[in-house]
Formats: sequence, C-alpha cells, structure tokens
Amino acid sequence: MSSRRDFIKITSVGGAGLFAAGNVAAKYFNPGKNMKGTIQRTPTYCEVCFWKCSGWAHTNENGELWKVVGNKKDPLCNGRLCPRGSGGIGMYNDPDRLKSPMIRIEERGKQVFKEVTWHKALEYVAQKMEALKEKHGAESLALFNHGSGGKHFSNLVKAFGSTNIVAPSYAQCRGPREAAWIATFGTAVNAPEPTDIKNTNCLVLIGSHIGENMHNTQVQEMSEAIDRGATIITVDPRLSTAATHSKHWLPIKPATDIALLLAWMHVIIYEKRYNHEYIEKNTFGFKELKEYVAEYTPEWAAGITNLKASQIRETAREMAFHAPSTIVHPGRHVTWYGDDVQRVRCIAILNGLLGSFGTKGGFYMQTKASVPTFSHPPYPQPKWSWKDFLDGKFPSAEINVSNAMIDASHPDNQSDKKIKGWIVVGTNLINTIPNTPRTIEAIRNQDLVVVVDTMPMEITGWADVILPECTYLERYDDLRVSPERYATLALRVPAVKPKHLTKPASWIVRRLGLKLGLQDYFNYSDFSEVLDWQLKQMGSSLAEMKKKGVTVVDRPESSLYLPKDEPVQLKTKSGKIELYSQLLEEQGFDPLPKYTAHPEAPDGFYRLNYGRAPMHTFTRTANNPNLSDIMNENRLWVNPQVAENHGLKMNQMIWLENQDGVLSEFPIKVRVTERIGPDCVYMVHGFGHNNKRLKRAHGKGISDTKLITRVAIDPIMGGTGMRGNFVKFLVEEPKKEVES
Amino acid sequence: MRYAMAVDTKKCVGCSDCVVACQAENKVPIGFCRDWVVEIVTGKFPEVKVELRSERCNHCKNSPCVRCCPTGASHYSDGGIVMVNGDDCIGCGACIQSCPYDARYSHPEGFVDKCTFCQHRVTRGYKPACVSVCPTNCLYFGDLDNPKSDVSVALQKRKYKVLAPEAGTKPQVYFLI
Amino acid sequence: MKEEFFVSGRNIPNIDPSLHIWHWQIPAYLFLGGLAAGILFFAGLYTVLGKEKEMPTAVKWSTFIVPFALAIGLFFLFLDLKHKMYFWKLYTVIRLESPMGWGAWTLMIITPLSLIWSASYLKELIPGWNWKFEILNKFEVFVIKNRKYIAWLLIVYSAILGIYTGILLSAFNARPLWNTSILGPLFLTSGLSTGAVTIMWMSKNHLERKMMSKIDLILIGIELFLITHLFMGFLASTEVQIESAQLFLGGAYTYLFWGGVVGFGLIVPFLLEVLELRGVKIPAAIPAIMIIIGGLLFRFVMVDAGQLTRYLY
Ligand SMILES: Nc1nc2c(c(=O)[nH]1)N[C@H]1C(S)=C(S)[C@@H](COP(=O)(O)OP(=O)(O)OC[C@H]3O[C@@H](n4cnc5c(=O)[nH]c(N)nc54)[C@H](O)[C@@H]3O)O[C@H]1N2
Ligand SMILES: Nc1nc2c(c(=O)[nH]1)N[C@H]1C(S)=C(S)[C@@H](COP(=O)(O)OP(=O)(O)OC[C@H]3O[C@@H](n4cnc5c(=O)[nH]c(N)nc54)[C@H](O)[C@@H]3O)O[C@H]1N2
Ligand code: SF4
Ligand code: SF4
Ligand code: SF4
Ligand code: SF4
Ligand code: SF4
Ligand SMILES: [Mo]
Repeated sequence: MSSRRDFIKITSVGGAGLFAAGNVAAKYFNPGKNMKGTIQRTPTYCEVCFWKCSGWAHTNENGELWKVVGNKKDPLCNGRLCPRGSGGIGMYNDPDRLKSPMIRIEERGKQVFKEVTWHKALEYVAQKMEALKEKHGAESLALFNHGSGGKHFSNLVKAFGSTNIVAPSYAQCRGPREAAWIATFGTAVNAPEPTDIKNTNCLVLIGSHIGENMHNTQVQEMSEAIDRGATIITVDPRLSTAATHSKHWLPIKPATDIALLLAWMHVIIYEKRYNHEYIEKNTFGFKELKEYVAEYTPEWAAGITNLKASQIRETAREMAFHAPSTIVHPGRHVTWYGDDVQRVRCIAILNGLLGSFGTKGGFYMQTKASVPTFSHPPYPQPKWSWKDFLDGKFPSAEINVSNAMIDASHPDNQSDKKIKGWIVVGTNLINTIPNTPRTIEAIRNQDLVVVVDTMPMEITGWADVILPECTYLERYDDLRVSPERYATLALRVPAVKPKHLTKPASWIVRRLGLKLGLQDYFNYSDFSEVLDWQLKQMGSSLAEMKKKGVTVVDRPESSLYLPKDEPVQLKTKSGKIELYSQLLEEQGFDPLPKYTAHPEAPDGFYRLNYGRAPMHTFTRTANNPNLSDIMNENRLWVNPQVAENHGLKMNQMIWLENQDGVLSEFPIKVRVTERIGPDCVYMVHGFGHNNKRLKRAHGKGISDTKLITRVAIDPIMGGTGMRGNFVKFLVEEPKKEVES
Repeated sequence: MRYAMAVDTKKCVGCSDCVVACQAENKVPIGFCRDWVVEIVTGKFPEVKVELRSERCNHCKNSPCVRCCPTGASHYSDGGIVMVNGDDCIGCGACIQSCPYDARYSHPEGFVDKCTFCQHRVTRGYKPACVSVCPTNCLYFGDLDNPKSDVSVALQKRKYKVLAPEAGTKPQVYFLI
Repeated sequence: MKEEFFVSGRNIPNIDPSLHIWHWQIPAYLFLGGLAAGILFFAGLYTVLGKEKEMPTAVKWSTFIVPFALAIGLFFLFLDLKHKMYFWKLYTVIRLESPMGWGAWTLMIITPLSLIWSASYLKELIPGWNWKFEILNKFEVFVIKNRKYIAWLLIVYSAILGIYTGILLSAFNARPLWNTSILGPLFLTSGLSTGAVTIMWMSKNHLERKMMSKIDLILIGIELFLITHLFMGFLASTEVQIESAQLFLGGAYTYLFWGGVVGFGLIVPFLLEVLELRGVKIPAAIPAIMIIIGGLLFRFVMVDAGQLTRYLY
C-alpha cells in the first residue's frame, strides 16, 4: 500500500536507483515500519588508507549509516572499494572510539585522563603553545601527521610559525624510492604510483605484495593484467599472494635483492637485449653501467640470493622480451635494509634500460588538478626548519624525515634547534616509527604533546591532551587531488553527524586558531564554505559536486606517455635518464648502486619479516568491528622445517625475543606454512595493541614494531631500514621485568 | 532463467572484500557471514601452490536444503535462487544439516539465513554486492540461459569445477581453475 | 604439507569448526519417538492378532506412557527450534520430501490416535471413571467397537514413526555418517526393542514377559546384524564415509559406542535375558533399563558424531 509511494521517493532521491537490502534486511528496514526518511547517498573519499578512493556513503531510512560503496566514476577505484574501504563503517560504529576531549592530570600520584570540554581542552593547548613559543620559539613545535587532518593542522602550525611538519609516509615508507627516482628520472614516483599495470605485458614485483597491499588501482589493474595473460615475476622470500598468481616466483634470500637486480642488468646488457637507439638517445652513463655490471653475472648473484642462475637469466630475458611494456615496480614501503635508495636505484636503472619510463605498459605521466588556495595571510618566516636541523645530513630528503624529528625532540639533541612540543594528528607513532623506546624518550622530553585521533591508540596514551576527531564519514575535508592518469577532484561530505563530542579537524584548528589569535588563517565558519568557494573558482559548486562526488578531466591517451621519437627531457642533471647518477655522485654517494652484504641471523634466530594483510591498514583497523571480524590477530608464518626443528605446532602460542633481548609483549599463534622459506619468519604489521581501551584488539597478536629495535638508517635520505631484526622463539611465557 | 556465479581462483587474492561487503549490504550480524574465503596450500617450499576461493551458498539445482525444509521456508525462487523466507522458518536446523557446504547459519533472531545471490539487487538489475565490490573482478554473475551473460562467457572460456559434485546437489557456483 | 583454512568468515558458533546445531533435544526426541512407536506397534499387533487377553500390558497398560512420551518428545523438538514463535508454520504445509515435515505430520496423527487408544482403556485402568460429557461416552463406544481398525492404523503409523526417527538423519546426505539407508531399519528396530522391554518391564504376566523377552532377543539380533552391516557399508564406501566410520573405529566415539551402546545396551542385556529365559532369576527391570539407556545413548552418539562428519572439497 505504502510501497508505491516509498518507491517513488527512493528513486527520486537516488536517481541511479537506491534500494534497501531485501530478505533479512527487510525485517529491519521494512518500509512503513519505523520509516522516517529515505535511503540517501553522500559522496566521500575513503580514509582507511591513503589511496583515498572516492565512494558513496549510504544511510538508511532512519538516517543510520548502512554501507560505503565505490564511486564508478573514480579512476582510483572504479566503483570498487577494497575490504578496508567496505569496512570503513566500522570506524564510525566502533564502540571504543574516543568520545570526548581529555587532559592528563595527576591524581594521587597517578597519571590519569580526565574528560573535559572542548573549550577547556583548547584553552589548555593554546596556553601551552604560547608558553612554548615564548620559551623555545614557535619552531620548537612539530606536527606529526598522516591523512586528511594533517592539512588542516599544517595550516595552523605554519600560521603559528613552524614548518617542522612531518609524516611517516616518507622516512618509514616511500622516501627511498622517491630519492632513487629523482636521481634517475628527475621526478619522484609519487602516490598513486604511475604504473601502467593495466596495459603492461610484464610486471615485476620486488617484495611489493600487491593483493595483500590492497592499494586499490594496483590490485584492480594487476587482475586485469592476469586476465590478459601478462607475465608476472615476483621476487619475495615468501610466497606472497601476488607470487601465487605469478608465472615466476623468485624466493630470494632476504636482503640480497641488489645482487639479483645487478645480475638482471648484466643479462640485459651483455645479451644485448636492450634497445640501442633508445639507450643512446635517452640515457646517461650507459657505458659506465655496462663496465660496472660486467662482473655481476647471474652465477655470481645465484650464490648470494639462493636463486638459480638459469631462473635469473630466464626472467631477465622475459622482461626484456616484453620491453618497453615491462614494469619493474618501484615498490612503496621500501625502507628495508638501509641501502634502500640504492636498491630502488637498481630498479630505476632497470626501467631505464627497458625503456618503460613514460611508455605505454610501463610508467605513464601523471597529471593533477590544481585547486585555488583559500586566501589567508602569508605565514610567518620560521627562524629554522627541519632542513637546518639536518644540516646537510640526508641530502636527498626532499621532505621532512620523521625519525630526524624524533632526534630533534630527544634529550640527546646537542644542537640549538630543539623540538619541545608535538601535535600528532592521525599517526600512531609508537607503532609506526621503529625503535619505540627512543620515541618514548623523545615524548618524555616534550613540554606539550597533543594527540588528535579517532581511537584510543598507543600514541594517545602518551598525550597530555587528547582531541577526538570524528571519522571521515562525519566531516568535510579538503578536496582530494591526487596525481593520476587523469586530473580528478573528489569530495568528502559528512554522511552522518559526528558521534559523541567528536569534531572535524577543520573545526578544531579554527577554534584553536581563534584562541591563538590566528583567526585570519581560518576565514570560514564551516569548512564547506571553503570547498564551495574553491569549487566555484573552478566553475563548479559544492552543490553540484555533492551530486557527482568526483570530477574527472579527460585527457587524450597519447598525452599519458612521452612522445616516442623525441629524446626525453627530464629534470636530471643531464636531462636524460641517469643510469649513472650525477646527483648521488655530487652528494658523495655511489653513482652506481653497490651490493653490500647485510648481517645475517645469529644461530637460533630468524629474520623478522612483515607486511600487509588485505583486510587491515597498519594499526588503525585492528579494533574495527567489521574488519576484526574478518581477521582479529596476526600469526607468525614459520616454515615447516623450522617449526619441526623447534618443535612448534600449528596455532601454538609462542613469544618472541629479538637480537637485543626485547620481548614481544603478547604471544602470537604459529602458522606453519610452506609459503615461507627457512630464512625468515613473517607477520602482518598492525596487531598486538597494548592499549586496553581497544577492547577487540588489545593483546591480539603481536606488534612487529616492538621487535624492531635495530634500525638501518639510509644515509641518502634518512629512511629507517626495519628488516634487519632477528627473533627467536620462546615457547614459555617469559618473565616480564617490572616496568619503571 | 538460471542464475549462477563463477569464481576465478586465478585472480582471487583472498582479500575478503566479498565477505565485508556482503555483511554490510545484507546486515549480516557481526560474527556471522553469508560468504567466506578458503585458502588451500599444497606442495613443499619453494614448489608451492595456493588456491583461494570465495565461497557461498551454491544455489544448488538439486538442493537438499529445499527438500528437507518442513515448512517451505527454504524454496526455489526465480532463476533458481534458493531463498529462505524468514517468516516461514521455524529454525529447526534441518536445512543446515542438509547442506554439504555449511552455507547456512542460524541468525541470532532465530531464522536461518544464507546467501540470497542478492536477489534484492539482482531483480533491480544490479550485480550482487560481493560481485560488484570484488577488487580483482574475479566474481562473475548472471543468467546461464543467456550465453552472453558474464558467467556464461566465463564458463565458455575457462576450465571449471564445482565443489563436492559427488554430493549430487548440482551446485551453481563454479570455480574457474 | 597441506594447509587448508578459512581466511575469513565462517567462524560461526555451532557451525564452525564443526557443526553442532542439534544438541540433546533432537536425540531425546528421536528416542521418545522410537519408544512410542515400539509400544504402539505391539499394542496394534496383539490387538490385530486378537491377543488382548494374553498380552494386556502390551495392548493396554503400556500405551498409557505413549501420549506422554510423544508430548515430551514434541516439546523437546519445540525446545530445539530457534524461531519458536513460528512453530505453527509446520502445519501450514505438507511437504512430503521433508522428513522433518513427515515426522511432524506423523506425530500429528499418531499422538491423538495414541490418546484415543489409551483413553479407551481408561475405564479398565480406573474402575468407576466417568467421562463428563455424553459425547465422549459415545465416542468411547465408537472407538471400542472399531479397535481392530484403529489397531491397523497403529501398526502402520508406528512403523512410519519408527522408521522416521532414522530417516530424519539418513535423509541428510551432507553428513556422511547419517547417509545410509540402514539407519531407518536400525532405528526402527531399536525403537521396537525399547518398546518391547518397556512392556516386558511393566508386565506382571509371566507369559507376556517371556514373549516380549523373546521378541527383544530377536530384535537385538537384528540390531547387531544391522550395525555390522552399517560399518561394512561405510568401509566399502567413499572417503568421507570411511572417515566417518573411523570415529567409531578408534576415533572419539569408539568407547562410547562399542562399550556403551553395543556392550552395555545390547550384548549384556541380551545375555541377561537369555539367562532369564533359562530360569536364572534376574529382575526384568535390569535388562530393560540397560536397553533403554542404550537406545538413548545410541541416538545421542549418532546425532553428535554425525554432525562432526562432512564432505571434503
Ligand atoms: N613496524 C612497522 N612500522 C611501519 C610499517 C610497517 O609495515 N611495520 N609501515 C610504515 C608505513 S609504509 C607507513 S605509511 C606508516 C603508517 O603509519 P600511520 O599512519 O601512523 O599508521 P596507523 O598505524 O594506521 O596509524 C594511524 C593513526 O591515525 C588514526 N586515525 C585514523 N583515522 C583518523 C582520522 O580520521 N583522524 C585522525 N585524527 N586520526 C585518525 C588511527 O586511529 C591511528 O592512531 O607506518 C610505517 N611504519
Ligand atoms: N591492506 C593494506 N594495504 C596497504 C596498506 C595497508 O596497511 N594495508 N598500506 C599501504 C602502504 S602506505 C604501503 S607503503 C604499502 C606497502 O606495501 P608494499 O610496498 O607492497 O610492501 P612491503 O611492506 O614493502 O613488502 C612486503 C613484502 O616484502 C617481502 N619482503 C620482505 N623482505 C624482503 C626482501 O628482502 N626482499 C624482497 N624481495 N622481498 C622482501 C615480504 O615477504 C612481503 O611480501 O601498502 C599499502 N597498501
Ligand atoms: S584502497 Fe581501500 S582503504 Fe585505501 S582508500 Fe581505497 S578503499 Fe579505502
Ligand atoms: S573480494 Fe574478490 S578477490 Fe577478494 S576474496 Fe572475495 S573473491 Fe577474492
Ligand atoms: S549450497 Fe547448501 S544451502 Fe545452498 S542451495 Fe546448496 S544445499 Fe542449499
Ligand atoms: S530451519 Fe527454517 S528454513 Fe531450515 S529447514 Fe527448518 S524451517 Fe526450513
Ligand atoms: S550474492 Fe549477495 S548475499 Fe550472496 S554472498 Fe554475495 S553479497 Fe552475500
Ligand atoms: Mo606506507
């Protein structure tokens, strides 16, 4: 009876056609019963990782969040979110969310958090910030950030007078590859990676475990490549999921990749499997390279990598056969052994030899929409910045190095450039930056630590003030502009009201700005005004974008690639692809990458390897009700032979101890599996939470970070190599030392 | 009309998006699921093979769950979709016992629930939620009577298997191998 | 090494890692159904044979148990239902293919039949009993007049009920342990045996006791034969059935089955009854109770173990 009317209402809202789930769902969403409104969809872009897929958040007839699905128009997701994106509703629904601002107080000799009003919390922060400025200068304030909130806070921190702004996505993540790419191609790889996987004939993955690393476009395009019968070559000590779908899996001995890469160059060059004309025209230093790799034969590499020389040869030929439609993937999380820039340099050189840069099926040329800046007064000029603190160290670091900021915050910092206050927005530094004890020492040395987060994570436990941000589904943020095949804009609009007392970062910084007398930098009352203004400048409007969610500016296919017959013109010293890097030479580093042997596991120890699980993002999703339902702990992958030697059984709970005597806080279940070789053990990063307020995640699995205490710093850009740690198995619960 | 699904085990990465999306779409309570992912590892390092499979109700042509249901709550719907009408279900569990694939579960509210091939979407011309979300695009759905449907095309091009054919249920979820 | 596991999903209570949807209610229900079927079968049989006088317990007194057994059984079934308030939906359709439905309808018929049957003997049990309403008296007269026909119905329906208790399980070919046609006759025999010993136990009449004891010995013999056959069948069948038989041949249920069901519940009472028949003084209650417990145990074991067995794929 009422259904016809409801139907009209529904279709007239959605246009594209929206509907309630049938069957069981009908029990809850029976139109007519409890029905207050209609199903709505609101554009958003996902914040469960940094791919930022655009999607639609759906709310049901009661205005409650129902589901988030991908936006078909968005080239970053093509209408398909990854499991974490689909589970994004759990971030909103998580009962353990931060609910109110909190201040740390001393109560009967114990430190406890007390809930306070926003007014009180911000007043406190503003006062402390002023005091900081007075005592140590505005520059002593550092902003650690990751994700959308960072932009709002950058505005605040810059207005305040500091440019010491840093994200873990450089020195703990993709920094080395950006430096390597700049040294070779004069440009960074940038994210999303411009890998033209959907058109490639040969994809080479070096420890890049796409499929577990769920960066959406990459996964989708790799699947397309599989459909087309493209060759996939995976180099990984572990049978990654990508490796299971590959034509060739090279189960390399960990930490020996450079040897393999040099041997590949050797085969391509000495078997003359490169395009002479292309090399001649576009590359710099071929002769030097050729001479240099003369001795690095597959037989040489075989002895180092535990691979077969024949397999090294065969895969090199296959890469060359498909060139230039061959991608040797630069990877993303590449901070492994401290010589990471040089390893990725090898990858860049290979791509140079194969001619894949700027070529269809290789690397396309990114483009990006430019968004007008909402007007604000110029930022004050800081007296010093992180560059000055580095003082010539890590010359290739184009952006700030998080671990250097920890150094600047640490009591052992001898320079006059000291960090004395932290604002931490959306990054769980305790589990993100290796060598946690040092991070904690740095925190203890601060006058003020403000943490802006959505969840009670480990880092919030170290805050003086906790400011609860609402989730991405409850707020406006900046327009998404990512360098991609096409210039796109994506909009984020709140689908539901912020739960509890949580607030968007845009609101928090504005309020804080007012208290600091910086109101001119926040010339809006609601952030939607900024978006509307920006969109109008670009000939659209907020109202129009709300209907579309994404705008894509088309571009002729030819412009995606470099013109074939003209020589490349790059921003390198020579303007060409630098097989021999003049930049690195000038900085005092090896212009041609060198293989160095890395320390090996002591007896009874195994190399600690880690990576991603497709259904989780770092530490942020471990407590997500939807995603922890899918996977609620990490397991330790152990080769059956190793397990037998140590008497380990499937699913047995064990503890780990690393080479420095550091113990895992919790036990971990053993997964005895043939998917890993005998030289390392593997676990997924992001588990082993020790904050008790994370009810679902607390004590589930263990934290890899805790066991990463030996860090190999890359001298070129400061990246933290994290894979040089070794663990042994403890079958009995170790006695814990009483914590001081 | 004969609805069916094909799962490409050569592309599935076991990400479980199909599970998460189904739970959200169909409001499957947390702790329960209508689809799930299986991993089978065979061989010895480094000669190892892995099969990843997203599984769900097979919408069997000869379905024991429909046969054994005393109330008719479990029934064949258009296109051979095996459905459970929650309001006719007494929760006797017979259908759960009868399914060789353990595809059904008892909903906390008492009735039995399982994959519906997202009938509420399919009848409106959308793909099932799991199919439309799968990042590797390894799930194909459609009408087997239509040779041009995604699933028909996939089955024409590739070798496939069904699960436990010896159970005689004539499953309509195919696995491309 | 082969590794097989759920990456996600399928961690559902009572389904994973092994099915446990049916708890004690269903085996208890099956047992009571079998017992009722056994008693009614003999009541019908001896009525048709015209032996009401010689076999009074079988024909009359034991049948007073039946309506209670059936009612309790149905109540147990009800307890097992997860969507209880929809119970009545069982009786809105007739689904011949569904053993569950079959059973529901069989019970729907046999319960009133058993009530009528025992009620018609109420005046003999309680002298001076008076039906309050005239119509009931008239009905009683009608029933007594047509006892022979009703007895035929009892034979037919009790056989159906008895077989049903086995078929309910064997219809689930998804559970390899249950997937055998021997289960129907086996449960029928077991039900008849529990019925027979109940009559034997209740009977004060020596000849009747002896008669029921002899019948029971034959039934036990048949049961042992069927059980042997059951396992021979499994072992000659598919991998999943061989595996399910292993549960009883060295597996988790070995002692319970061979010691409890076969030893305690069949062989020992068999020997006791033989001795009894040979004149050794053994109270009828002892073998009877052993057989009843054995029958109950049998159903528990079968329902439980069956849920552990599954297809491999
Ligand atoms: N041991 C180890 N360390 C690693 C890595 C590893 O694999 N192993 N990976 C490295 C890599 S590649 C990277 S990119 C970094 C990532 O490092 P992080 O970005 O620090 O990663 P997460 O652990 O997800 O922490 C994110 C934090 O943001 C919070 N958060 C989530 N959403 C919001 C929001 O909307 N607003 C606010 N204010 N907060 C939010 C979460 O609750 C959580 O506390 O880690 C690096 N560190
Ligand atoms: N699901 C999910 N996806 C994500 C993320 C997430 O948190 N969750 N995070 C995103 C982010 S920010 C990043 S940076 C990326 C990271 O993802 P990637 O860059 O793809 O992965 P890594 O963590 O560098 O590499 C992990 C793989 O390297 C292998 N490996 C370890 N040691 C060696 C070695 O010595 N040699 C070789 N050849 N291989 C080795 C491991 O076995 C493992 O398979 O993932 C992104 N995608
Ligand atoms: S890749 Fe997944 S988690 Fe990352 S933004 Fe896209 S949908 Fe969200
Ligand atoms: S979503 Fe697709 S790729 Fe992921 S597990 Fe399901 S079927 Fe496999
Ligand atoms: S898979 Fe199971 S529930 Fe689905 S139709 Fe077949 S027997 Fe029924
Ligand atoms: S549980 Fe429900 S659907 Fe299943 S057989 Fe019983 S009545 Fe039918
Ligand atoms: S077809 Fe629909 S109900 Fe079935 S598993 Fe997929 S999403 Fe779930
Ligand atoms: Mo990263």
